[in-house]
Amino acid sequence: MDWMAWTTPTAIFFGVIACLIVTFTVLAIKFPETPRVGVLQIETTRGDRLFITLLGSAFINLAWLGLVSAPQWGALIVCLIYAAAVFRWV
Amino acid sequence: MEKTVNHKAWFLVLPVLILVAFSAVIPLMTVVNYSVQDTFGNNQFFWAGLEWFEELLASERLHNALGRQIMFSAIILAIEVPLGIFVALNMPKKGFWASLCLVLMALPLLIPWNVVGTIWQIFGRVDIGLLGYTLDKLGISYNYTQDAFAAWATVVVMDVWHWTSLVALLAYAGLQSIPDAYYQAAKIDQASRWKVFRYIELPKMAGVLLIAILLRFMDSFMIYTEPFVVTGGGPGNATTFLSIDLVKMALGQFDLGPAAAFSLMYFLVILLISWVFYTVMTNLDKRDGV
Repeated sequence: MDWMAWTTPTAIFFGVIACLIVTFTVLAIKFPETPRVGVLQIETTRGDRLFITLLGSAFINLAWLGLVSAPQWGALIVCLIYAAAVFRWV
Repeated sequence: MEKTVNHKAWFLVLPVLILVAFSAVIPLMTVVNYSVQDTFGNNQFFWAGLEWFEELLASERLHNALGRQIMFSAIILAIEVPLGIFVALNMPKKGFWASLCLVLMALPLLIPWNVVGTIWQIFGRVDIGLLGYTLDKLGISYNYTQDAFAAWATVVVMDVWHWTSLVALLAYAGLQSIPDAYYQAAKIDQASRWKVFRYIELPKMAGVLLIAILLRFMDSFMIYTEPFVVTGGGPGNATTFLSIDLVKMALGQFDLGPAAAFSLMYFLVILLISWVFYTVMTNLDKRDGV
Protein backbone atom coordinates (compact mmCIF):
# COMPACT_ATOMS: atom_id res chain seq x y z
CA MET A 1 0.00 0.00 0.00
CA ASP A 2 3.06 2.25 0.07
CA TRP A 3 2.51 3.36 -3.49
CA MET A 4 -0.85 4.84 -2.54
CA ALA A 5 0.95 7.33 -0.29
CA TRP A 6 -1.63 7.20 2.51
CA THR A 7 -1.78 9.88 5.17
CA THR A 8 -3.83 9.82 8.36
CA PRO A 9 -6.15 12.71 7.38
CA THR A 10 -6.98 11.20 3.97
CA ALA A 11 -7.52 7.78 5.60
CA ILE A 12 -9.96 9.37 8.05
CA PHE A 13 -11.64 11.21 5.17
CA PHE A 14 -12.25 8.01 3.21
CA GLY A 15 -13.18 6.16 6.39
CA VAL A 16 -15.92 8.69 7.11
CA ILE A 17 -17.27 8.44 3.56
CA ALA A 18 -17.19 4.63 3.69
CA CYS A 19 -19.03 4.70 7.04
CA LEU A 20 -21.65 7.04 5.58
CA ILE A 21 -22.22 4.77 2.59
CA VAL A 22 -22.47 1.66 4.79
CA THR A 23 -24.84 3.44 7.20
CA PHE A 24 -27.07 4.56 4.36
CA THR A 25 -27.08 1.09 2.83
CA VAL A 26 -28.13 -0.45 6.13
CA LEU A 27 -30.77 2.26 6.54
CA ALA A 28 -32.05 1.60 3.03
CA ILE A 29 -32.42 -2.10 3.79
CA LYS A 30 -34.04 -1.60 7.21
CA PHE A 31 -36.27 1.31 6.22
CA PRO A 32 -36.88 1.15 2.46
CA GLU A 33 -36.67 4.54 0.76
CA THR A 34 -39.60 6.39 -0.70
CA PRO A 35 -38.62 9.01 -3.29
CA ARG A 36 -40.03 12.48 -2.77
CA VAL A 37 -40.00 15.76 -4.67
CA GLY A 38 -38.39 18.68 -2.88
CA VAL A 39 -37.41 22.28 -3.59
CA LEU A 40 -35.30 21.29 -6.60
CA GLN A 41 -38.44 19.82 -8.22
CA ILE A 42 -36.65 16.52 -8.72
CA GLU A 43 -37.38 13.15 -7.22
CA THR A 44 -34.77 12.20 -4.63
CA THR A 45 -34.20 9.25 -2.35
CA ARG A 46 -32.10 9.28 0.81
CA GLY A 47 -29.07 8.11 -1.18
CA ASP A 48 -29.53 10.91 -3.73
CA ARG A 49 -29.63 13.43 -0.93
CA LEU A 50 -26.39 12.01 0.49
CA PHE A 51 -24.78 12.40 -2.94
CA ILE A 52 -26.02 15.99 -3.26
CA THR A 53 -24.71 16.70 0.23
CA LEU A 54 -21.26 15.26 -0.42
CA LEU A 55 -20.85 16.91 -3.82
CA GLY A 56 -22.09 20.24 -2.51
CA SER A 57 -19.81 19.97 0.51
CA ALA A 58 -16.79 19.54 -1.77
CA PHE A 59 -17.68 22.78 -3.54
CA ILE A 60 -18.38 24.57 -0.25
CA ASN A 61 -14.92 23.56 0.98
CA LEU A 62 -13.26 24.73 -2.23
CA ALA A 63 -15.16 28.02 -2.18
CA TRP A 64 -14.19 28.54 1.45
CA LEU A 65 -10.57 27.82 0.64
CA GLY A 66 -10.52 30.19 -2.31
CA LEU A 67 -12.67 33.05 -1.03
CA VAL A 68 -12.58 33.09 2.77
CA SER A 69 -9.35 33.43 4.68
CA ALA A 70 -10.58 31.62 7.79
CA PRO A 71 -9.69 28.18 9.18
CA GLN A 72 -11.05 25.32 7.11
CA TRP A 73 -13.22 23.87 9.90
CA GLY A 74 -15.50 26.86 9.31
CA ALA A 75 -16.40 25.29 5.99
CA LEU A 76 -17.32 22.07 7.75
CA ILE A 77 -19.88 23.95 9.86
CA VAL A 78 -21.37 25.43 6.67
CA CYS A 79 -21.41 21.89 5.21
CA LEU A 80 -23.32 20.53 8.22
CA ILE A 81 -25.93 23.27 7.88
CA TYR A 82 -26.07 22.57 4.14
CA ALA A 83 -26.46 18.82 4.80
CA ALA A 84 -29.32 19.43 7.24
CA ALA A 85 -31.01 21.70 4.68
CA VAL A 86 -30.60 19.13 1.89
CA PHE A 87 -32.06 16.32 3.99
CA ARG A 88 -34.91 18.53 5.14
CA TRP A 89 -35.97 20.26 1.93
CA VAL A 90 -34.46 18.65 -1.18
CA MET B 1 -49.32 -6.68 -7.81
CA GLU B 2 -46.94 -7.08 -4.90
CA LYS B 3 -43.30 -7.10 -5.92
CA THR B 4 -41.00 -9.48 -4.08
CA VAL B 5 -37.94 -7.82 -2.64
CA ASN B 6 -34.78 -9.86 -2.92
CA HIS B 7 -31.54 -8.14 -2.00
CA LYS B 8 -29.46 -11.15 -2.95
CA ALA B 9 -29.38 -9.81 -6.51
CA TRP B 10 -26.96 -7.16 -5.29
CA PHE B 11 -24.27 -9.83 -5.03
CA LEU B 12 -24.40 -10.16 -8.80
CA VAL B 13 -23.10 -6.59 -9.01
CA LEU B 14 -20.01 -7.56 -7.02
CA PRO B 15 -17.73 -8.32 -10.02
CA VAL B 16 -18.43 -4.87 -11.46
CA LEU B 17 -17.78 -3.28 -8.09
CA ILE B 18 -14.41 -5.02 -7.83
CA LEU B 19 -13.52 -3.98 -11.37
CA VAL B 20 -14.51 -0.36 -10.73
CA ALA B 21 -12.61 -0.42 -7.45
CA PHE B 22 -9.39 -1.31 -9.21
CA SER B 23 -9.87 0.83 -12.29
CA ALA B 24 -11.34 3.94 -10.66
CA VAL B 25 -11.77 4.03 -6.91
CA ILE B 26 -8.26 3.02 -5.85
CA PRO B 27 -6.54 5.32 -8.39
CA LEU B 28 -8.84 8.14 -7.29
CA MET B 29 -7.95 7.54 -3.64
CA THR B 30 -4.29 7.69 -4.60
CA VAL B 31 -4.88 11.01 -6.33
CA VAL B 32 -6.54 12.34 -3.18
CA ASN B 33 -3.52 11.19 -1.18
CA TYR B 34 -1.15 12.87 -3.62
CA SER B 35 -3.12 16.11 -3.56
CA VAL B 36 -2.26 16.83 0.07
CA GLN B 37 1.42 15.98 -0.23
CA ASP B 38 4.56 16.96 -2.06
CA THR B 39 7.00 14.54 -3.61
CA PHE B 40 10.37 14.71 -5.29
CA GLY B 41 10.15 11.17 -6.60
CA ASN B 42 11.42 7.96 -4.98
CA ASN B 43 8.04 7.48 -3.33
CA GLN B 44 8.95 9.99 -0.64
CA PHE B 45 6.10 12.24 0.39
CA PHE B 46 5.88 15.36 2.53
CA TRP B 47 2.67 16.66 4.04
CA ALA B 48 1.43 19.82 2.34
CA GLY B 49 -2.15 20.03 3.62
CA LEU B 50 -4.50 22.09 1.47
CA GLU B 51 -1.67 24.22 0.12
CA TRP B 52 -1.99 22.98 -3.48
CA PHE B 53 -5.71 23.59 -3.58
CA GLU B 54 -5.22 27.09 -2.22
CA GLU B 55 -2.46 27.82 -4.69
CA LEU B 56 -4.44 26.51 -7.66
CA LEU B 57 -7.65 28.30 -6.74
CA ALA B 58 -5.72 31.57 -6.88
CA SER B 59 -3.66 30.61 -9.92
CA GLU B 60 -4.11 32.68 -13.03
CA ARG B 61 -2.85 29.80 -15.14
CA LEU B 62 -5.73 27.59 -14.02
CA HIS B 63 -8.29 30.37 -14.41
CA ASN B 64 -7.13 31.01 -17.96
CA ALA B 65 -7.17 27.32 -18.87
CA LEU B 66 -10.67 27.00 -17.41
CA GLY B 67 -11.79 30.09 -19.33
CA ARG B 68 -10.43 28.67 -22.59
CA GLN B 69 -12.03 25.33 -21.85
CA ILE B 70 -15.48 26.81 -21.21
CA MET B 71 -15.16 28.98 -24.31
CA PHE B 72 -14.17 25.97 -26.41
CA SER B 73 -17.07 23.85 -25.16
CA ALA B 74 -19.51 26.73 -25.65
CA ILE B 75 -18.33 27.40 -29.20
CA ILE B 76 -18.44 23.79 -30.36
CA LEU B 77 -21.86 23.23 -28.76
CA ALA B 78 -23.19 26.41 -30.36
CA ILE B 79 -22.02 25.16 -33.75
CA GLU B 80 -22.50 21.39 -33.54
CA VAL B 81 -26.01 21.25 -32.06
CA PRO B 82 -27.80 23.55 -34.55
CA LEU B 83 -25.71 22.20 -37.42
CA GLY B 84 -26.43 18.60 -36.39
CA ILE B 85 -30.17 19.30 -36.22
CA PHE B 86 -30.04 21.05 -39.59
CA VAL B 87 -28.23 18.10 -41.18
CA ALA B 88 -30.66 15.61 -39.60
CA LEU B 89 -33.67 17.56 -40.87
CA ASN B 90 -32.30 17.50 -44.39
CA MET B 91 -31.24 13.88 -44.50
CA PRO B 92 -33.32 11.52 -46.69
CA LYS B 93 -35.85 9.61 -44.60
CA LYS B 94 -35.57 6.22 -46.30
CA GLY B 95 -34.08 4.30 -49.20
CA PHE B 96 -30.57 4.03 -50.60
CA TRP B 97 -29.63 7.65 -49.97
CA ALA B 98 -30.63 7.42 -46.33
CA SER B 99 -28.31 4.43 -45.80
CA LEU B 100 -25.50 6.11 -47.71
CA CYS B 101 -25.87 9.28 -45.63
CA LEU B 102 -25.82 7.27 -42.42
CA VAL B 103 -22.61 5.48 -43.40
CA LEU B 104 -20.92 8.69 -44.52
CA MET B 105 -21.98 10.47 -41.35
CA ALA B 106 -20.67 7.67 -39.18
CA LEU B 107 -17.22 7.66 -40.79
CA PRO B 108 -15.64 10.56 -38.87
CA LEU B 109 -16.86 9.03 -35.62
CA LEU B 110 -14.84 5.89 -36.27
CA ILE B 111 -11.50 7.64 -36.67
CA PRO B 112 -9.29 7.58 -33.56
CA TRP B 113 -8.62 10.94 -31.92
CA ASN B 114 -4.90 11.04 -32.60
CA VAL B 115 -5.47 10.20 -36.27
CA VAL B 116 -8.00 13.05 -36.52
CA GLY B 117 -5.37 15.32 -34.98
CA THR B 118 -2.73 14.16 -37.44
CA ILE B 119 -5.08 14.55 -40.42
CA TRP B 120 -5.84 18.14 -39.49
CA GLN B 121 -2.29 18.92 -38.56
CA ILE B 122 -1.19 18.02 -42.08
CA PHE B 123 -4.36 19.41 -43.72
CA GLY B 124 -3.67 22.82 -42.22
CA ARG B 125 0.03 23.03 -43.06
CA VAL B 126 0.90 25.86 -45.39
CA ASP B 127 3.61 23.93 -47.25
CA ILE B 128 1.95 20.55 -47.92
CA GLY B 129 -1.58 20.71 -46.49
CA LEU B 130 -4.53 21.20 -48.81
CA LEU B 131 -6.33 23.69 -46.56
CA GLY B 132 -3.26 25.65 -45.48
CA TYR B 133 -1.83 25.78 -48.99
CA THR B 134 -5.13 26.89 -50.56
CA LEU B 135 -5.74 29.60 -47.97
CA ASP B 136 -2.17 30.80 -48.39
CA LYS B 137 -2.52 30.98 -52.19
CA LEU B 138 -5.81 32.87 -51.78
CA GLY B 139 -3.84 35.46 -49.85
CA ILE B 140 -5.43 34.66 -46.48
CA SER B 141 -2.87 34.64 -43.74
CA TYR B 142 -3.26 31.33 -41.96
CA ASN B 143 -0.69 29.68 -39.76
CA TYR B 144 -1.98 27.67 -36.84
CA THR B 145 1.47 27.32 -35.29
CA GLN B 146 1.93 31.06 -34.89
CA ASP B 147 -1.45 32.72 -34.95
CA ALA B 148 -3.74 32.11 -31.96
CA PHE B 149 -6.91 32.77 -33.97
CA ALA B 150 -5.89 30.33 -36.70
CA ALA B 151 -5.05 27.72 -34.06
CA TRP B 152 -8.46 28.16 -32.43
CA ALA B 153 -10.25 28.06 -35.76
CA THR B 154 -8.44 24.85 -36.69
CA VAL B 155 -9.20 23.12 -33.40
CA VAL B 156 -12.87 24.19 -33.48
CA VAL B 157 -13.41 23.21 -37.12
CA MET B 158 -11.66 19.90 -36.46
CA ASP B 159 -14.01 19.15 -33.59
CA VAL B 160 -17.03 20.18 -35.64
CA TRP B 161 -15.86 17.90 -38.46
CA HIS B 162 -15.28 15.03 -36.06
CA TRP B 163 -18.39 15.21 -33.90
CA THR B 164 -21.28 16.98 -35.65
CA SER B 165 -22.21 13.59 -37.09
CA LEU B 166 -22.93 12.31 -33.62
CA VAL B 167 -25.44 15.08 -32.97
CA ALA B 168 -26.91 14.62 -36.45
CA LEU B 169 -27.29 10.86 -36.05
CA LEU B 170 -28.93 11.20 -32.64
CA ALA B 171 -31.26 13.93 -33.89
CA TYR B 172 -32.03 11.79 -36.95
CA ALA B 173 -32.97 8.86 -34.71
CA GLY B 174 -35.26 11.20 -32.76
CA LEU B 175 -36.88 12.43 -35.98
CA GLN B 176 -37.42 8.91 -37.30
CA SER B 177 -39.43 8.03 -34.21
CA ILE B 178 -42.11 10.64 -34.95
CA PRO B 179 -45.24 8.96 -36.35
CA ASP B 180 -46.58 10.29 -39.66
CA ALA B 181 -49.87 11.17 -38.00
CA TYR B 182 -48.21 14.17 -36.34
CA TYR B 183 -47.18 15.62 -39.69
CA GLN B 184 -50.59 14.91 -41.19
CA ALA B 185 -52.28 16.72 -38.32
CA ALA B 186 -49.90 19.66 -38.79
CA LYS B 187 -50.74 19.72 -42.51
CA ILE B 188 -54.48 19.82 -41.78
CA ASP B 189 -53.87 22.73 -39.42
CA GLN B 190 -51.76 24.39 -42.13
CA ALA B 191 -48.86 24.73 -39.74
CA SER B 192 -45.81 26.50 -41.15
CA ARG B 193 -42.45 24.69 -41.50
CA TRP B 194 -41.17 26.55 -38.47
CA LYS B 195 -44.18 25.56 -36.36
CA VAL B 196 -43.78 21.91 -37.36
CA PHE B 197 -40.19 22.12 -36.20
CA ARG B 198 -40.96 24.05 -33.03
CA TYR B 199 -44.00 22.09 -31.83
CA ILE B 200 -43.49 18.60 -33.26
CA GLU B 201 -39.90 17.88 -34.16
CA LEU B 202 -38.06 19.75 -31.44
CA PRO B 203 -40.08 18.36 -28.48
CA LYS B 204 -39.76 14.85 -29.89
CA MET B 205 -36.01 15.29 -30.28
CA ALA B 206 -35.53 16.87 -26.84
CA GLY B 207 -34.52 13.62 -25.13
CA VAL B 208 -31.89 12.55 -27.64
CA LEU B 209 -30.66 16.11 -28.05
CA LEU B 210 -30.03 16.33 -24.35
CA ILE B 211 -27.97 13.16 -24.57
CA ALA B 212 -26.10 14.62 -27.54
CA ILE B 213 -25.40 17.85 -25.66
CA LEU B 214 -24.26 15.93 -22.59
CA LEU B 215 -21.94 13.71 -24.62
CA ARG B 216 -20.51 16.59 -26.62
CA PHE B 217 -20.09 18.77 -23.57
CA MET B 218 -18.29 16.11 -21.55
CA ASP B 219 -16.08 15.10 -24.44
CA SER B 220 -15.15 18.66 -25.31
CA PHE B 221 -14.61 19.53 -21.67
CA MET B 222 -12.11 16.70 -21.39
CA ILE B 223 -10.59 17.09 -24.86
CA TYR B 224 -6.90 16.34 -24.99
CA THR B 225 -5.60 14.36 -27.93
CA GLU B 226 -6.73 16.38 -30.95
CA PRO B 227 -5.54 19.83 -29.86
CA PHE B 228 -2.43 18.25 -28.39
CA VAL B 229 -1.52 16.68 -31.73
CA VAL B 230 -2.43 19.74 -33.81
CA THR B 231 -1.21 22.66 -31.73
CA GLY B 232 0.40 21.14 -28.65
CA GLY B 233 -1.48 23.77 -26.66
CA GLY B 234 0.15 26.62 -28.58
CA PRO B 235 0.91 29.12 -29.90
CA GLY B 236 2.01 30.14 -26.42
CA ASN B 237 -0.84 28.93 -24.26
CA ALA B 238 -3.60 29.87 -26.71
CA THR B 239 -5.10 26.39 -27.01
CA THR B 240 -3.95 24.97 -23.69
CA PHE B 241 -7.17 23.47 -22.38
CA LEU B 242 -7.59 22.02 -18.91
CA SER B 243 -6.42 18.50 -19.69
CA ILE B 244 -3.42 19.70 -21.70
CA ASP B 245 -2.47 21.96 -18.81
CA LEU B 246 -2.96 19.09 -16.39
CA VAL B 247 -0.66 16.80 -18.35
CA LYS B 248 1.95 19.58 -18.61
CA MET B 249 1.80 19.97 -14.85
CA ALA B 250 1.81 16.27 -13.98
CA LEU B 251 4.21 14.85 -16.55
CA GLY B 252 6.05 17.87 -17.95
CA GLN B 253 6.89 19.50 -14.64
CA PHE B 254 6.33 16.39 -12.51
CA ASP B 255 4.40 18.48 -9.96
CA LEU B 256 2.35 15.53 -8.77
CA GLY B 257 0.82 17.29 -5.75
CA PRO B 258 -0.62 20.30 -7.60
CA ALA B 259 -1.57 18.10 -10.55
CA ALA B 260 -3.50 15.79 -8.22
CA ALA B 261 -5.31 18.75 -6.67
CA PHE B 262 -5.99 20.07 -10.17
CA SER B 263 -7.46 16.75 -11.33
CA LEU B 264 -9.68 16.51 -8.27
CA MET B 265 -11.20 19.92 -8.93
CA TYR B 266 -11.56 19.05 -12.62
CA PHE B 267 -13.26 15.79 -11.61
CA LEU B 268 -15.65 17.60 -9.26
CA VAL B 269 -16.75 20.01 -11.97
CA ILE B 270 -17.36 17.14 -14.40
CA LEU B 271 -19.19 15.15 -11.73
CA LEU B 272 -21.44 18.13 -10.98
CA ILE B 273 -22.27 18.76 -14.62
CA SER B 274 -22.89 15.07 -15.33
CA TRP B 275 -25.19 14.87 -12.34
CA VAL B 276 -27.16 17.91 -13.49
CA PHE B 277 -27.55 16.48 -17.00
CA TYR B 278 -28.42 13.03 -15.69
CA THR B 279 -31.04 14.43 -13.33
CA VAL B 280 -32.61 16.59 -16.03
CA MET B 281 -32.65 13.62 -18.40
CA THR B 282 -34.25 11.14 -16.00
CA ASN B 283 -36.83 13.73 -14.98
CA LEU B 284 -37.67 14.41 -18.62
CA ASP B 285 -38.18 10.66 -19.12
CA LYS B 286 -40.45 10.49 -16.08
CA ARG B 287 -42.47 13.46 -17.28
CA ASP B 288 -42.90 11.87 -20.70
CA GLY B 289 -43.78 8.58 -19.03
CA VAL B 290 -41.03 6.65 -20.83
